[in-house]
Amino acid sequence: MDWILAHLDDIGRLTARHVVLAGVPLVLGLVISLGLGWVAHRVRGLRGIALTGSGLLYTIPSLALFVLMPLVLGTSILSPINVIVAMTLYTVALLVRTVVDGLDSVPPAARQAATAIGYGPARRFVGVELPLAVPVIAAGLRVASVSNVSIVSVASLVGVSQLGDLLVDGFNRAIGGELLAGTLGCIVLALVFDALIRLGERLLTPWLHTGREASA
Amino acid sequence: MIRLDRVTKQFPGGTTAVDDLSLTAPTGKITVLVGPSGCGKTTTLRMINRMIEPTSGTITIDDQDVSALDAAELRRGIGYVIQHGGLFPHRTVERNVASVPLLLGHDKKKSIARARELLELVGIDPGLGRRYPSQLSGGQQQRVGVARALAADPPVMLMDEPFSAVDPVVREQLQDEFLRLQGELGKTIVLVTHDIDEAIKLGDHIAVLAVGGRLAQVASPHQLLTHPADTFVADFLGKDRGYRALGFDGAEVPLHHESTVVLRDGAITDPAPHDDPWTLVVDESGHPLGWASTDRLGQITASDELALGGTLARRDGSLRSALDAALSSPSRRGVVVDDSGTLVGTCRAHQVLSVIEEQERPEEERVPAHEGGEGGDDGLDPRAPR
Ligand SMILES: Nc1ncnc2c1ncn2[C@@H]1O[C@H](COP(=O)(O)OP(=O)(O)OP(=O)(O)O)[C@@H](O)[C@H]1O
Ligand SMILES: [Mg+2]
Repeated sequence: MDWILAHLDDIGRLTARHVVLAGVPLVLGLVISLGLGWVAHRVRGLRGIALTGSGLLYTIPSLALFVLMPLVLGTSILSPINVIVAMTLYTVALLVRTVVDGLDSVPPAARQAATAIGYGPARRFVGVELPLAVPVIAAGLRVASVSNVSIVSVASLVGVSQLGDLLVDGFNRAIGGELLAGTLGCIVLALVFDALIRLGERLLTPWLHTGREASA
Repeated sequence: MIRLDRVTKQFPGGTTAVDDLSLTAPTGKITVLVGPSGCGKTTTLRMINRMIEPTSGTITIDDQDVSALDAAELRRGIGYVIQHGGLFPHRTVERNVASVPLLLGHDKKKSIARARELLELVGIDPGLGRRYPSQLSGGQQQRVGVARALAADPPVMLMDEPFSAVDPVVREQLQDEFLRLQGELGKTIVLVTHDIDEAIKLGDHIAVLAVGGRLAQVASPHQLLTHPADTFVADFLGKDRGYRALGFDGAEVPLHHESTVVLRDGAITDPAPHDDPWTLVVDESGHPLGWASTDRLGQITASDELALGGTLARRDGSLRSALDAALSSPSRRGVVVDDSGTLVGTCRAHQVLSVIEEQERPEEERVPAHEGGEGGDDGLDPRAPR
């Protein structure tokens, strides 16, 4: 506890970096996945490729990906960009399937009604399919956010600092308080992300929270 | 006017859903597509608004080939009622109805105001406009579906089983409202149903499709019932075909004077001696209230103790309703009323049947139906002068 109180500044700084390194890829990954998922949903042939490809991507060890990034991107090995890009890839790996599943979950009657009354494909996606896919996508996003918060701590090993630094340093120097701070920090962060996503979902799906069961 | 000219649809895999179909849906009329499940009704409907492209043949709306138009734009000009309403679950009821106007770029406030008007038009309390579809009953959802299709005031409406998701009583209500609305709006409507009774009730003319997408017959409801083209159509029309056809025959039936008693202030005034076991009770202004058993007349205090159900026919109504009124009445005398619901007399089943038989005869042999009102139950034969 003493260690934590003495290092609140450091913990705060590392937490902020952790938020950026886990959160920015979450947002970028979501946007990319929406695009990819839409294409995979619409084009039959691409669906299998997109799902298998994204599944394989997730099996690449994070450390390997962090080390690989500078070679691919031409960035310096210590650049946080490496981590952000790598984490975005992981997010996409998880979310493409989620988006496809979400779009599959849209009631066919709603989709057909949208087409029948004159929505073009793009407006139908934004106006009807996406809002109805929100519950499924949000569920996937919650998994991805927990995954991101935990995987990103590995980035300490390639010199990009965040809460993972506390774990590495605490372990090396056998400081219990530091280990505790790193672990708790990650858990609290994961819970906060989760709560934010749930709040967002709730705000985006008012029709599911009418306080009355469906009567039809 | 919508015209399908030799339209065929074969799905990949070889199903012929629609086979060489030529059909015209006249402007301002209701054309009903009816047939057993899988006979290509939905496919036909969806080819009109290009949700499905025909394999061959042409479809024109007001002489314009639909395949030459932008699909989304074409659809915005055609009201479409999807089976079970097909409402957007994530939008409020009024926002659902305003979908097409908003899609067309109309002002948001005006579109919502118009949506409320339309909800009222289809019999939905505009106060329900802020609810989500899942908070409405099935029948209400179907009305909202119809309101949404009407929102941009399209001249053409395509309706796929619009009243299927509700119980028979509500369905009948929706159908009646729909006919009333169509009377006001005069849209060009193509309506799909698998319910032949609905087809007969709603259609100005009816296209019967057989499995395989073959057109079996196009005819007016009356023609269909009286002259089915083949055994498939006759079988599809089902039982009571001859009886149902009477629903389209309006003719005067002989009327008889009925002596009545008046129910006033919870009691029958002067229960006149009457040798018939059943006596008709009316209110002070001559509206029939129902039948009472003559020996119980003194005990009647309220109209709900009287049997009236189904025994009323309108003077200008169909032979079917006259016959039904007579057969449903405990006294076997059908109560006939005028437009204002005032009693004009009673009719007898055998005389209605005589009128029916009379109608089947060639024109020149026919004798005008007996004009009634006077003369008691004297066994009048409308074919009398022979
Ligand atoms: N997308 C499709 N691909 C292949 N076959 C199809 C497709 N859509 C419909 N069909 C087939 O075409 C035939 C006609 O289908 P359609 O949906 O038009 O029937 P329907 O008359 O509307 O039937 P129902 O009363 O059951 O709604 C059926 O045999 C159906 O299986
Ligand atoms: Mg159908």
